[in-house]
Amino acid sequence: MAADRSHIIIVNGEAHDFSGGSLRALIAGFGIDPDRRGVAVALNGEAVPRAAWDATRPVPGDRIEIVRPLAGG
Amino acid sequence: MKKAALKDPPSPRNREAVTDGLTIAGRDFTSRLFIGTAQYPNQQVMLDAIAASGAEVVTVAMRRVRLDAGGESLFDLLGGRYFILPNTAGCYTARDAVLTAQLAREALETDWVKLEVIGDDETLFPDVEQLIPAARELVKDGFIVLPYCNDDPVTAKKLEDLGCPAVMPLGAPIGSGMGIRNPYNIRIIREMCTVPIILDAGVGTASDVTVAMELGCDGVLLNSAVARARDPISMARAVRLALEAGRLAYTSGRIPHRLYAKASSPEEGVIGRVSASKAR
Repeated sequence: MAADRSHIIIVNGEAHDFSGGSLRALIAGFGIDPDRRGVAVALNGEAVPRAAWDATRPVPGDRIEIVRPLAGG
Repeated sequence: MKKAALKDPPSPRNREAVTDGLTIAGRDFTSRLFIGTAQYPNQQVMLDAIAASGAEVVTVAMRRVRLDAGGESLFDLLGGRYFILPNTAGCYTARDAVLTAQLAREALETDWVKLEVIGDDETLFPDVEQLIPAARELVKDGFIVLPYCNDDPVTAKKLEDLGCPAVMPLGAPIGSGMGIRNPYNIRIIREMCTVPIILDAGVGTASDVTVAMELGCDGVLLNSAVARARDPISMARAVRLALEAGRLAYTSGRIPHRLYAKASSPEEGVIGRVSASKAR
């Protein structure tokens, strides 16, 4: 199990291959413009401020949430 | 006898129903209506209905980005035109609600949050045991916390005391359209709290909005009543007018209830009476 997970991170509940890099690069890799307002990211249950996206380097096994506003009441 | 000069009444055209504004946490709002952005038949109807409602504050939820699809962000559509109030809908624990609020702050660059911590998925009633610590933590973290709460005066007062600049008691379960099920509690909340009271949830139609305002609420937050109406744009206009009517009635000071009649027409000089003054 551990070997299978060595390149895997969990993004929005789904397992994804991950070969390293910044949080910012990871976000951009999903086709999300990291410079556009309206997106926020949590790493292992903690919000990561936009200013820290470059310096933050997720590691395999991390859980990431990428969120945005949607219709709500 | 001197006759007092009577002023000409204003022309009906000039008698616009303009209600006073609302201030929360030092921020002035032109409209007392807060409106949700969910469940409209389509995006154009949503935009038109929000415009027709006159609301300045619109609520949004925070949800995961779909990684397989781009699409226009609600934020692009509404940002700049409205005051966007993110909610923590869908959260069942204080921890999740706090994280959601923090993510909303990052995404929308706002300290404001409509705090929802739900305790039961059938009624969507708030879980007070989770709500209060979540509110406390967020207030400490600099958030402007507008908590969705039960129609319980003690809870509302506790939320005020811990630093919430407004409280948002429910009228009835979210999306139920049942109106205000316990108007007496809303009145007591009005009397116990000094912060603005925004009735949140339960509105089914325009008259519910009027009742809320007549009970002394400072505003109303609704979504389903407009979004799921047969004609959302027209219903948005109805709730706007209903809110103005209710607010004006409240500030005008209603007459007290009385069990027996009190004649409107003069009791003196009734034709055919021997002694009008003794007439009953």
